[in-house]
Amino acid sequence: MTLLPEIVIFIFAVIFLFLSLGEKKTNLFAAARLLALIGFVITLLSTGARGELFSGAYRVDFFSQVFKLLIVTGLLLVVFMMERRDDVEDDYLPEYFMLLGFSTLGLMMLVSAVELISIVVSLEISSFSLYAIVPLRKSQSRIQMEAAVKYLFFGAIATGIMLYGMGYLYGMAHSTFLADIMVSLPRFLNQPLGIMAVSLTLVAFFFKLSLFPLHFWAPDIYEGASNVTTAFIATVPKLAATALLIRLAMLSASVPTELAMLLFVLAAFSMTLGNIVGLVQKDLKRLLAYSGIAHAGYLMMGIMPLSRDGGAAAVYYMTIYLFMNLSCFYVIILLAQKGENLSVENLAGLARRSPLLAFTLALAAFSLAGIPPSGGFTGKLFLFVSAFKAGYLGIVLIGAVNAVISMFYYLNLVRMSYSREAAAGQGIIQLAFHEKVLCYVFNILILYLGILPFGVLDILRRAV
Amino acid sequence: MMSPYLTMNHLGFPILSAVTFLPLAGAMVILLLRQERTIKIAALAATLLTFLVALVLLANYNPATPLFQFGEALPWIPAYNINYVLGVDGITVMLVLLTALIAPLCVLCSWTAIALRVKEFMVCILLMETAMIGVFCSLDFLLFYVFWEAMLIPMYLLIAVWGGPLKDYASIKFFIYTLFGSVFLLVAIIALYLVNGTFSIPAAMFKNYGFNFQFWVFLAFAIAFAIKVPMFPFHTWLPAAHTEAPTAGSVFLASILLKMGTYGFLRFCLPIVPQASFYFAPYMITLSVIGIIYGGFVCLSQTDMKKLIAYSSVAHMGFVTLGIFSFNLYGFEGAMLQMLNHGITTGALFLMVGIVYERTHSREIYDNAGLSKIAPIYVGFFGLFSVSSFAFPGTNSFVGELYVLIGAFARNRLAGFGAIVGAVLAAAYMLRLLKQIAWGRVERPALKDMNVREIIYLLPLGIFVIWVGFFPRPFVGIMETTLANLYTQLKHLAP
Repeated sequence: MTLLPEIVIFIFAVIFLFLSLGEKKTNLFAAARLLALIGFVITLLSTGARGELFSGAYRVDFFSQVFKLLIVTGLLLVVFMMERRDDVEDDYLPEYFMLLGFSTLGLMMLVSAVELISIVVSLEISSFSLYAIVPLRKSQSRIQMEAAVKYLFFGAIATGIMLYGMGYLYGMAHSTFLADIMVSLPRFLNQPLGIMAVSLTLVAFFFKLSLFPLHFWAPDIYEGASNVTTAFIATVPKLAATALLIRLAMLSASVPTELAMLLFVLAAFSMTLGNIVGLVQKDLKRLLAYSGIAHAGYLMMGIMPLSRDGGAAAVYYMTIYLFMNLSCFYVIILLAQKGENLSVENLAGLARRSPLLAFTLALAAFSLAGIPPSGGFTGKLFLFVSAFKAGYLGIVLIGAVNAVISMFYYLNLVRMSYSREAAAGQGIIQLAFHEKVLCYVFNILILYLGILPFGVLDILRRAV
Repeated sequence: MMSPYLTMNHLGFPILSAVTFLPLAGAMVILLLRQERTIKIAALAATLLTFLVALVLLANYNPATPLFQFGEALPWIPAYNINYVLGVDGITVMLVLLTALIAPLCVLCSWTAIALRVKEFMVCILLMETAMIGVFCSLDFLLFYVFWEAMLIPMYLLIAVWGGPLKDYASIKFFIYTLFGSVFLLVAIIALYLVNGTFSIPAAMFKNYGFNFQFWVFLAFAIAFAIKVPMFPFHTWLPAAHTEAPTAGSVFLASILLKMGTYGFLRFCLPIVPQASFYFAPYMITLSVIGIIYGGFVCLSQTDMKKLIAYSSVAHMGFVTLGIFSFNLYGFEGAMLQMLNHGITTGALFLMVGIVYERTHSREIYDNAGLSKIAPIYVGFFGLFSVSSFAFPGTNSFVGELYVLIGAFARNRLAGFGAIVGAVLAAAYMLRLLKQIAWGRVERPALKDMNVREIIYLLPLGIFVIWVGFFPRPFVGIMETTLANLYTQLKHLAP
């Protein structure tokens, strides 16, 4: 059964679809966790699956299975991170899980899709679920509505631009299959038409990654959506977008210069803009949104060389990005007792209130900034090496300077929690056993990927 | 992975891994402990054990060969040809020993001074020790860089959590400043990797790279190391960090962290990019001399004891870089000796300030004046270390500065003359400090003299001051072969 992981996640979504119809809503969390865990195990077991389905439009290979595993890991962690902390309206919980499931399903299909139509269909399955998930927040004010509308409009526009680019691709290749496009594209890649077709097609994925100039949605949507939703949007769709970017970049591997220059410029702007605007952010989620914009820029260093090494470095970076970002969001979720948005000031005295949470946040922040021995450093190193190897010294230098700029605001998080005293009336935070375990899991994963990268790296190099 | 520069370890157990990771193991154990007293004892035991292993290392060290010894090599990230390679030579064996000696003193000096979050403090100290020894032992660029950067986190926490009133400002400035330097170091390391195909440090040495390449690599290295030393225009993080850090943090900063910059010059700049080093030497010498004189003048106007000692570090480290860029054997040996001497003497002075601060809660000179009647032991030690600080004959720094001055005069008379002026300034500000501490106006009714614990941790430093002062031969002997080898290799490569 080559499609088993997708089927399990589909069942996950459908079960919650039926649950949403009924009256009695107990043990939803336990059910979601159990189902997500089953999905994870099944995906883990089917990493060896190979095959082509739907007359070659859907390819199941090691590359896609590794990405599916990462995506399901993301879903699993998000489901475990979710708590009954007034984040999502109780009445909508089954729908919430259903939409999470469908979105994950779409992303899993996306990494297997090797044909334009199936790419569009999978992308939209995932995107529409996300558009619907954003407003499902227990009302703070109406910001979640505004965020949802913005996300829908910007997302639809990005999709439209992608379809426009795909039209050109089809026009050049007379086929919607990536394999055919790969054959005929090199003839066009030294013409403006070819460059335009590829770059317009990439727009939808740049949008998902919140890469400059398609970054502007991120801060508002991060701020408006509930903490858990943001944790999902900030990490899992980016995995699938990276997968597609690597697939598409490989298409144009023969004539790289113009496309690479485009990525170079976007990466440079994305990093610099994300980090400089990040400096002045007060809201934690907005800060993480700008940090995400900057990281999308770093990621491009791996795509730019259009090489296997670069691809593996990019995937490695996204893997560690998944864990360090979720780790940050987990601290936010645990800290925001009523599901409210936190500002940087709310972190004051965290080290006193909960040493474990403070340490988790600090490790994630140092990792995002790229300080060894955390995974963020190792990932950045691989990206730097692959970009430098391909001759892009400029972007490496820009990335290096940006790492210093970003350190200001990441360090600010650590400083707040370690050297400021808590405001009056803020007591010790008691963590339940499973919450502590999840914190330790994040910390161990970040350190493991930092110190002992060889195992995971070898798997990813084989996959790309 | 194997390299002709490295002789493998024959001791039967991986001694360098042991000395590097023993403190880390200690930190792990401490995480499981609850009682403050047991935590302190465990930290002391871990650091003392590390020192013992470091002594074994020194005893087995063969000073007759310039090769790296006690080598250990394991593949780490094969996909990028990154290996776990450790080894020490005459330069690093002494620095490892210095680190291992300073760490237990840092634990001892924090015994009562740190009352808050003792467990985390001791963990930070031990993590620092692992990272610092790791920096000196690594023979793989990436391993080196990981230790080099990882050091920032515990050091940042030491300042930010247990620091003085301006800890916020000082800790962030320290972190960002050093990080700024190190990212260029990383870029240079990647550049060398792409040329050599390996991250091995010995494999990158004494090769004839193109001058243009050397030029840029030198600049990238120099920014990182000059900030760490710190050399004159990059020194502004140092007074803030030294002043606000807790005593143990100041001692680590002064004794070990500053040495990493000069170690970097000696280990990386000179052997890897010799022509560029030679080309830039006049500039580096100028900056060193400016640092020596500037540091001296700034010290003259300080009223804060810690700040004074911090600025005096700028001047002292100027002597070290002056020696390194004199490009002769006397200069190298003097620089190495001064690195050790500065580590001992300035570390001791910070410990002295810590002792008096614990009693008066003030770092102002005038709040701690006139102690000679009340605390004679204290003033005795203070006198010894302050005369050592301005290189009085018979103390350790005299030997080191003499070597550096001989080297500097051989290279450039003007530079040597400038350094002499600095040496006179050093006498002026240290004697002024000593005069106030010993005979200044007394405004304080009572103050306890040093207790046994404090005497115990200052005694080894005091012995070292006098030992090197009168009999430096064994210390010079250990590093001589390595430095002589460096000198002859450079003569071939640089004009």
